[in-house]
Amino acid sequence: MFSRAYKAAVTVPPLAWVAAFLLFPYLLMFCYSFWSVSPAQTIVHSWNFDNYKELLQKTVYWQTLLRSMWIAARVMLFSLLLGYPLAYFLSFHAGKRKDLLYQMVIIPLWVSYLVRAYAWKTILGSDGVLNTLLQYVHLTNHPLDFLLYSPFAVVLTLTHIYTPFTILPIYASLEHIPRNLVEASHDLGASPAQTFWKVIFPLSIPGVVAGATFAFVLSLGDFLAPLLLGGPSGIMISNIVVSLFGAAYNWPLGAAISLGMLVIVVSLLFASERLEKKWSFS
Amino acid sequence: MSTTPAQKPTLLSIRNIAKTFGRNVVLRDVSLEIAEGEFLTVLGESGSGKTTLLRIIAGFETATSGELWMGTEKLDREPPYRRRVNTVFQNYALFPHLTVEQNVAYGLRVARRPDAEIAQRVTEALEKVKMTAHAKKKPSKISGGQQQRVALARALVNRPRLLLLDEPLSALDANLRRQMQVELKSLQREVGIAFVFVTHDQEEAMVMSDRIALLRSGELEQVATPREIYSRPATAYVAQFIGHTNLLRGEVRGGVMRCGALSWRASTPDGPSLFSLRPEQLRLSSGARSNSEVRVRGKVLQQAFHGATSLLRVECADGLVLVVRTPSGGLSAEEIELEFSPSDAIPVSESPEWN
Amino acid sequence: MELFVSSGSASTRQSRWLHLHASAVFAFLYLPIAVLILYSFNGQGVGGFPPQHLTFDWYRMLFADDAIWDSVLYSLKVALAAIFIALGFGIPAALALDRANFPGKTLFRRLVLLPLILPGIITGLSLLMLFKLADVRLGLLTIVLGHGTALISVATTEVFAGLQKLDRAQEEASLDLGANYWQTFWRVTLPNLKLSIIGAALLIFTLSMDEIAVSFFLIGRDNTLPLEIWGRLRRGITPEINAVSAIIFMFSLATIVFWYRLRGRAEGSVEAGAELLPAGDSNRT
Repeated sequence: MFSRAYKAAVTVPPLAWVAAFLLFPYLLMFCYSFWSVSPAQTIVHSWNFDNYKELLQKTVYWQTLLRSMWIAARVMLFSLLLGYPLAYFLSFHAGKRKDLLYQMVIIPLWVSYLVRAYAWKTILGSDGVLNTLLQYVHLTNHPLDFLLYSPFAVVLTLTHIYTPFTILPIYASLEHIPRNLVEASHDLGASPAQTFWKVIFPLSIPGVVAGATFAFVLSLGDFLAPLLLGGPSGIMISNIVVSLFGAAYNWPLGAAISLGMLVIVVSLLFASERLEKKWSFS
Repeated sequence: MSTTPAQKPTLLSIRNIAKTFGRNVVLRDVSLEIAEGEFLTVLGESGSGKTTLLRIIAGFETATSGELWMGTEKLDREPPYRRRVNTVFQNYALFPHLTVEQNVAYGLRVARRPDAEIAQRVTEALEKVKMTAHAKKKPSKISGGQQQRVALARALVNRPRLLLLDEPLSALDANLRRQMQVELKSLQREVGIAFVFVTHDQEEAMVMSDRIALLRSGELEQVATPREIYSRPATAYVAQFIGHTNLLRGEVRGGVMRCGALSWRASTPDGPSLFSLRPEQLRLSSGARSNSEVRVRGKVLQQAFHGATSLLRVECADGLVLVVRTPSGGLSAEEIELEFSPSDAIPVSESPEWN
Repeated sequence: MELFVSSGSASTRQSRWLHLHASAVFAFLYLPIAVLILYSFNGQGVGGFPPQHLTFDWYRMLFADDAIWDSVLYSLKVALAAIFIALGFGIPAALALDRANFPGKTLFRRLVLLPLILPGIITGLSLLMLFKLADVRLGLLTIVLGHGTALISVATTEVFAGLQKLDRAQEEASLDLGANYWQTFWRVTLPNLKLSIIGAALLIFTLSMDEIAVSFFLIGRDNTLPLEIWGRLRRGITPEINAVSAIIFMFSLATIVFWYRLRGRAEGSVEAGAELLPAGDSNRT
């Protein structure tokens, strides 16, 4: 139905832009990862694997990557634990207030990330709201150090930020479940709990996988929360990249790490997509 | 395939049109001439290719092979907006952001007709479909039947040479549908434009059409007037698709057709033969002696009440089941005798790949 | 949708726990922001419970702060330009994904959607390398290109979702009635996409105003608002930041309420909100 001219007109401009500003830069990054930086702080275009060797050999990179993954995993877990029951509540128990409550889940997403991270910083600090509150009601008599500048703070903040991201796809998949399936299950003698585990949960798995993927991948690559709240023990892999492009001027090495992250993220996306397909029955 | 030619000059000439989607052959060598001012129905089951044929005429699909001619113009490569053909879509496709009036005016606005002319033609069109009172409403505020009229007006106001209708009545309930059938027919008479109407409902086709083109699996089975197609079906498929029928399978030898216990004189050549006999052509035997009528006894298996008439399923000797249409009421016996005239049994050719 | 009413106590117990859990999660989501706003009025500055003597001082300081207002203006410029780029390339991209088949379509689709889930710094620094190669000075142009590129995915996702709801027959009807492809696009396709486009524009605006990861690498001499705030945070917390945060929150709230009003008038469906989410279905398209 659409003429070739039409299809060409809508395809070529975005294709060109994407090629110029997404594909080409990624390729450039790929090239950079094989170059090195001279002592005079210039980029030397000599092709070698040095950067990758450095990444594989120096433990600091591995440690940071693993710590980042561990943080991301915890964020994913907590987001799911917090988010799934809320999504379920919204879909099956919210009744007339479903619309309003759904909006209330979306609103935090529109509020600046920086604002929310900053809010936690003020709450968790040793002079912060939480500590002074606890001392005020005599639950503690000195500030709790671990609250801020620790992986704990990072996990807490990232969970706060990404839980709504997790809720939405789960809610969407729960909403897609035809209600008469639940009725049929009851009709056949299954209790609400059995119905949940045998019917509802399996059908919501694609949403769970999608939500979990967002939470994990977005947390893995986060650099703001660790910088604001992580302290020395909360440094994540993105922070290393940022410093390599800043003070610790070594673009090629930074590019190598970025490329690694790119590969990890894309692999996770592929895996998650396949998992979603496997569990989708429509 | 037998074709009754159209009476008036040809408007659209469909020549050997074929269409394949990937490996799926949807239309296989369809040829048809559509006459000026005729009401032609393309009838077929889902999957027969009827909608595809319509879309090829409209210009939304290009045929894989074959040609489309309107007079001396070859339409094949013309985009839809350059053809003098308009379509009434199955779900009406009214523009939700425009009022009824604006919807109807759309084609004229695009053609940049002067405002005064647009206003006059739109008013006229709305009057023809009796939607003048709703001119300023948006489509979401009017009923399905009303939307359908607006879709009609929107198409007709452009004075196309040919109007295509893609199952426009299928979304309406039975009563409204019958009413619209009558209105559409008289509207067509009034405007004098050729209508090509696509449907799967054979009763609808019979009621409305000047000619019916029956399409099966991408090929035309028969193109004829409703009367012709009913009383002289060309193939077993046509006989069975249009109305009810009894298919009598047997062999003709020496001018006599034998089908189980039945036999009658037939003028067709010897060999395996198939005859179509309509249920209303079977009558309860009058009992009087007759040489011309064929008689058979049977047991009534089932009676289906259809109002003025009823359909009986009668099992005869050797298992042959006949469907008989009789006036309702007054039948109490289980064993009855039926009769029919041999001339009412129409020879039909077999329809391959079909039961 | 109270399905379990007839099942008796088990379901109401379940329902009660769910209510409790839901309230707890909502509290978790909203309390930090509430605290933030509260403390923007706290005379003693950030921290310290309980808050003492409420004051507007911090807001007064904020309004006199030129650097902040400069950065707001700058951010607005960037956001507006980003909307144009993102929509200008995102709408055709959505149309292409919906209607055209071409070699490399899958790669194209994945590339377009990648910035949604890829850490922003990767998009940022890959563009930085590009600009260095092309010898382009960092400044307004580079930031605008960065935001635009990153946010095309948002525009594409929104418009694509809107296209799924569009009845293809309407465009066919328009062609049938004599309008060519260009006319059909303006008269029929675009009006039907109005809601998606506005939603996309609002979201792009919001995300651009809050963008840090990409901007971090492409910023020139002038700061966007988030980077200005960020700079101050490095130097130490001031309650002024609470004030600006509170205002940002109010603004976001107003935007989303406005958006829901607009949408409610047009449709009234809540599920539509899922489209608003950049991350909503990006993996599945």
